[in-house]
Amino acid sequence: MQHDPAISEQLRERFPEAVVSASPGPIDPWIEIAPERLAEVAAWLKNDPAQDYDYLNGLCVIDYFTADKKLAEAVGAARLVVVYHLSNLSRKRQLTLKVTLPRWANAASETPPTLPSLAALWATAEWHECEAYDLSGVEFTNHPHLRRILCPEDWVGHPLRKDYQMPLEYHGIRGR
Amino acid sequence: MQTSVEDPRVLEFDVRTDEMLVNMGPQHPSTHGVLRLVLRTDGEVVSEVTPHIGYLHRCAEKIGENLAVRQWIPYTDRMDYLAAMNMNLGWSLAVEKLHGYAPPERGRHLRVIIAELGRIASHLVGMGAYGLDLGSFSPFLYAFREREKILDLFEQACGARLTYSYLTPGGATADLPAGWTTRCLKMLDEFEPILPEYHTLLTSNAIFVKRTCKVGVLTADRAISYGVSGPVLRGSGVDFDLRRDGEPCYTQMYAGYDFQVIVERAGSYPATTGAPPPPPEAVLGDSWHRFYVRMLEVVQSISLVRQAIALYEAEEGLDHGQPFKLGAKLPVGETYLETEAPRGQMGFYLVSLGQPNPWRARARSSSFCNLSVIGEIGRGCLIADIPAIVGSLDIVMGEIDR
Repeated sequence: MQHDPAISEQLRERFPEAVVSASPGPIDPWIEIAPERLAEVAAWLKNDPAQDYDYLNGLCVIDYFTADKKLAEAVGAARLVVVYHLSNLSRKRQLTLKVTLPRWANAASETPPTLPSLAALWATAEWHECEAYDLSGVEFTNHPHLRRILCPEDWVGHPLRKDYQMPLEYHGIRGR
Repeated sequence: MQTSVEDPRVLEFDVRTDEMLVNMGPQHPSTHGVLRLVLRTDGEVVSEVTPHIGYLHRCAEKIGENLAVRQWIPYTDRMDYLAAMNMNLGWSLAVEKLHGYAPPERGRHLRVIIAELGRIASHLVGMGAYGLDLGSFSPFLYAFREREKILDLFEQACGARLTYSYLTPGGATADLPAGWTTRCLKMLDEFEPILPEYHTLLTSNAIFVKRTCKVGVLTADRAISYGVSGPVLRGSGVDFDLRRDGEPCYTQMYAGYDFQVIVERAGSYPATTGAPPPPPEAVLGDSWHRFYVRMLEVVQSISLVRQAIALYEAEEGLDHGQPFKLGAKLPVGETYLETEAPRGQMGFYLVSLGQPNPWRARARSSSFCNLSVIGEIGRGCLIADIPAIVGSLDIVMGEIDR
């Protein structure tokens, strides 16, 4: 498994305004994609015969938010980062895509931010997107059945958010 | 007399049933843990399978954010509790990748010994429990007899029998005790000749073949789309194994070892002594092939353990790698590393902002992806085939729910 050194240039050439930034990374390189262009970039990476990223290893969400002043500098602006790990099994290539989202689409009503679902490209995205929605609170549009997959259906809140508070009780069970 | 299904006078035909929802689990013995499957059935035929997971969810990833990296090792034990050594290894390697650290040679061979023994123990449970799912009790007892000997070896190495916390970032908590390798080789010498018995019990057993061949067929391109991995992926004929194809910081662990990826190439598997050839009924990607790949991998792992013990003993010096300091700060950065656990590709993603704790610790579970195909391959089969399919996926709920 190797990262393709040319991929960020190819993406910039093909989708000039979609690539927000590309990091060679101290360890794993990654490419940041604008959220509104994610669907077409992903479709190209999957379907273009020269790219053929046929395997989605997984996706996960990182919440950058802290109330601790000592950490504020390291954490930076409050945001969510959705990370996609893709592979090409036959050519042994791997690729990391990142998409930055606001923590809430509407902070007052705690409306989750949205991203297009990639379940039509990689079937495995269906469950991973449910997990990201359940634990981190990112909504995926055009998803076949977005639901809480690990927590109970009536659970409140998204546990992997940094400001998440465990409920005091759940159906008569003491929470904390 | 010519009769038809529509004829109301024929009582025999008047037993057509309405569509019915059948709840399988969460306490059903054949679901390998607390998995609930809702089957939409028409008579005996399943038209839809809906898995409900999360009964064991404890948000291990959140716990990981609040612990130093070495303190999370016991939690990785409890993900795939049937292959806890391989889970320890996956997280340790991810942490080491962040540090840019490689363990000394002796530690490298020690890890291969432990990881491959873990794979054998895990596949033995997979094989024994699969027999149990299909109503055959004896293979389970045979498999557990042998697994017990491996657990004894693990107990001598680290003191625990199920949740080891043995391999840890930096190396292992202790070196192997004196005489351990001799006992391990003795165990392997006793184990290898009885593998043909297992093949007689299940692999070429006529009932087993009837129950598993052409059941739950998963084609290669669907397997890739669903992100399945490990024996389930290779059972569909995809030639991919991270021990050979993974990232350099994982494959260097197996550098110098002689092994083949167990997958069907041009209609045949790598030659394995004592293993019967696939029956004519079997089609690539069915439950039988998934099971067969696991059985052949056991033989492969025995050979790897033997090679590793020879290399381990030839190594001069006693340095097997010192565990990292417990509360030491991590370098800033992020890594993602997948390793080939017995059930498939186990990925760990670690994001560090320079504190002792990771900012984000993510576990990409192989069983999670492997289970997600059940909705597709379970459609259209009989109710009795569902345990045969779930068993062939060899899932562990602790890893799915995390």
